[in-house]
Amino acid sequence: MKSIQELEAIRQKTLETINLRREQTGTRVVVGMATCGIAAGARPVLTAFMDEVAKRNLQGVAVAQTGCIGVCRLEPIVEIYKPGEDKVTYVKVTPDMVGRIVTEHVVGDNPVVEYTIGYYEAKNK
Amino acid sequence: MIMKELSLHLLDIAQNSISAGAKLVEITVEVDHARDWMRCEVKDDGRGMDADLLKKVTDPFTTTRKTRSVGLGIPFFKEGAEGCAGTFELESTPGAGTRIAASYRISHIDRPPLGDMADTIYGLACSGEGVNFVYTYRVDGRAFVFDTREIRKALGDEIPLSTPQVALWIRESLIEGITELNGGV
Repeated sequence: MKSIQELEAIRQKTLETINLRREQTGTRVVVGMATCGIAAGARPVLTAFMDEVAKRNLQGVAVAQTGCIGVCRLEPIVEIYKPGEDKVTYVKVTPDMVGRIVTEHVVGDNPVVEYTIGYYEAKNK
Repeated sequence: MIMKELSLHLLDIAQNSISAGAKLVEITVEVDHARDWMRCEVKDDGRGMDADLLKKVTDPFTTTRKTRSVGLGIPFFKEGAEGCAGTFELESTPGAGTRIAASYRISHIDRPPLGDMADTIYGLACSGEGVNFVYTYRVDGRAFVFDTREIRKALGDEIPLSTPQVALWIRESLIEGITELNGGV
């Protein structure tokens, strides 16, 4: 059984690295979590991003939620903000797309073009 | 019924609490097999709704969103419960908070499964800042209580709940606590 005492060990370990983390500028992964997003499957996408960031112990990456982005038919929608770069919007995201987005875009610097809204809209005109 | 799981409705309703500026969101699921009855509640200390909005909020053509004029979260939650021989409750006080609850007959054929509450609470607790969550899961008199205030107290102010190791700990402790109680609803 998990005990609250285990948090003390996590706290000690985290404090050792936290100053380092503050100096890094953050990437934000924002998942649309309004009724439309949740009904379309945003929860497993959100938790897949959180798991991926936690498992890889990525520093300076925040996974956050937002409300309705306005294009409900393309939910689940994920927006990625990297400092100094244009926002990238991914549409109809599923949990199995998350690993690739994290590897190539969040860690690497190459957005996964075929998952983006621009690519989707051009292909489905 | 738009949501496949009650846990998705609870996630959706809890988003309203966050939007309403709540600092504490209490989510409670009670299961009583002997009475063939279960109840899901979300209670917050957000800004609340006035009598006028409260009257209109179960109407799909009422919404606070600015991107379009339809809001389906509360209407579907209400309809889902009433369609399962259950009840729907909503009370709100401007400036004090809102309480919304739905109950269901467990054996009703249209009742969706509770689903993955661990993911709902994990998603809420670890990806928003500054909001505390209490999840109470009661099954036939036994209870599991998860309270982010206790975790924050143990961690101190510097470490957010989204910190990778903390998030993993939270997810595992939710799965453990819920599995131990699970009555399989």
